[in-house]
Amino acid sequence: MDQSLLELRNVSREFRIGGGLGLLSRKIIKAIDAVSFSMPDKPWITALIGESGSGKTTIARMILGLLEPTSGEILYKGKNVNEWIKRNKIEYLKEVQPIFQDPYSIYNPFYKIDRVLEIIIKKFKLASGRDETRDLIVKAMEDIGLRPEDLLGRYPHQLSGGERQRFMLTRILLIRPKLIVADEPISMIDVSLRAIFLEHLLSFKEKHSISCLYISHDLHTASYLADNIVILCYGRVVEDGPKDQIIENPLHPYTKLLISSIPVPDPKVRWAERIDLTSIESIKKFRAEKGCVFSGRCPNATENCLSETPQLKNIGSNRRVACHLY
Amino acid sequence: MEPILEVEDLRVYYKSIWGDYRSVDGASLKAYRNEVLSIAGESGCGKSTLVEGVLRLVKPPGYIPTGRVVFEGTDILKIPEEDLRRIRWTKLAYVPQGAMNSLNPVVKVEEQAIDAIIDHSSMDEEKARELAFSMFKEVGLRAEVGGMYPHQLSGGMKQRVIIATAIALKPSLVIADEPTTALDVVVQRGILQLFRMLKEKYHMTVIMVSHDMAAHAQIADRIAIMYAGKIAEVGSIHSIFEEPLHPYTKGLISAIPSIGKRYVKGIPGLAPSPLNWPPGCRFHPRCQHATALCAKVDPPMKEIGSERFVACHLYG
Repeated sequence: MDQSLLELRNVSREFRIGGGLGLLSRKIIKAIDAVSFSMPDKPWITALIGESGSGKTTIARMILGLLEPTSGEILYKGKNVNEWIKRNKIEYLKEVQPIFQDPYSIYNPFYKIDRVLEIIIKKFKLASGRDETRDLIVKAMEDIGLRPEDLLGRYPHQLSGGERQRFMLTRILLIRPKLIVADEPISMIDVSLRAIFLEHLLSFKEKHSISCLYISHDLHTASYLADNIVILCYGRVVEDGPKDQIIENPLHPYTKLLISSIPVPDPKVRWAERIDLTSIESIKKFRAEKGCVFSGRCPNATENCLSETPQLKNIGSNRRVACHLY
Repeated sequence: MEPILEVEDLRVYYKSIWGDYRSVDGASLKAYRNEVLSIAGESGCGKSTLVEGVLRLVKPPGYIPTGRVVFEGTDILKIPEEDLRRIRWTKLAYVPQGAMNSLNPVVKVEEQAIDAIIDHSSMDEEKARELAFSMFKEVGLRAEVGGMYPHQLSGGMKQRVIIATAIALKPSLVIADEPTTALDVVVQRGILQLFRMLKEKYHMTVIMVSHDMAAHAQIADRIAIMYAGKIAEVGSIHSIFEEPLHPYTKGLISAIPSIGKRYVKGIPGLAPSPLNWPPGCRFHPRCQHATALCAKVDPPMKEIGSERFVACHLYG
């Protein structure tokens, strides 16, 4: 097998909640439970899809080295990420770069936006001298379609959300990492600018061979961007495979529910039936202690689903599903 | 068709030291009985402010320089505050943006619904409790949810508590501002279908404000596209999606990524600032078809075909 660019092997992450005075009252929540998936070492976009609370952001933070897994390991180019970061953080971040959800909170409001780019040019030693730094910044901004003369020298609050998020893309273009970890990158920008942002991610892949782990709740954009899709449900991978197969022929009941619930932007294709409101959310926010994580909401759940956790099984080429039905 | 709400040349401005922010600047719109009307537009276009203007909820430094809002024959902007209070909740309900976060964290949700019902009707507590109970059931909340506190509920459940309370007194018009934003897709579907049900089962008029064109496509009868404080285009949901006329509407529709779509296209440029709208047509700096006329004269709203209105010099 070819070496993967990124591989998660049985990664779990627990959080302790509550506590206060009595340590006994502490509860442990498994935000991520034995997650395994990989991305091939070629220009590639994987979409990691899950609802809120499914552990998407926890995975992003672990890949970026902001959190350590409780068990299991994350490999980048075959090497353990946490060890790599301890050894040489700059070297790892030259390879793997984040784009975060909130384009408002990543800027320091007291500094001009130029500083964001100047810092990374210094840190990654991309240029020598002021003029070269300036040239690099201008070139990268123009590639993204931002006007340097309008934006440079301004403060973060003077930029719109869309401009801020695209300014972050300039950063990517300067660093030229191998992998972008983008956590809900478009949820805070306007519809008309989203499309432009997605085009940039695609052109990064095609022109600059930059791969992307696109983390989102939105299957529309995932199906537009991604080569393959990983579906996360309450901290476990329930299904993954090539994009078209997942969209056209979802196997796991959870994936089926997700896909049938996406509003189609066409008034001629409306939902055929009303969804049962009592079953769409469970009061216990966290997954079942035993058995399949989706068993509480699954229309096909049997006794077996409540007692035994289904493992990911290979179904055909590159396609995996964790469900007792298969 | 009989309009239940008529908005004429409504303006809502906010005073600031730099001058007036003209958030809503000459919006006209009608909502008919027993329909789901969508208001779509991007952030900053004035959708939420329009709704606040219609409900007379604008607070200083905001003010309404001109405009008429006629709801069931009553001019909302002219009547005394006390009369307006009697209309709210009983005839005119409002589900504001992020309403699910406005529940009192230390009161059980059913008590909050009961309080609201008693406050706006002549019902005694027992009747109000019965009504609250049946409304919770209507929105798919199990009986035990009523006895819970907001922190025990998920976002979608809290949103349904709000909706149940808003519609308990069977208002004729419900206005919801971004009711499904920040909810998961499956929950979003449930809430959207709930609004559709209000029209079909209770014959209410629903006005839904959202930036999400796909949500509108699923439940709306008619849709109004808003840009820079004004309505750019209005028509039936089918006609707008099949044949968008205004260049902004066209751009908005081609910018929606969806499953099976191979190409999406954004609208270049940025939304203008309400502090100084561009002269002429407010969309002209971003429009491919802009002419010298567009830069000078703001196009009026023209009727093109039946119940189809567009404000663009290319038509009429």
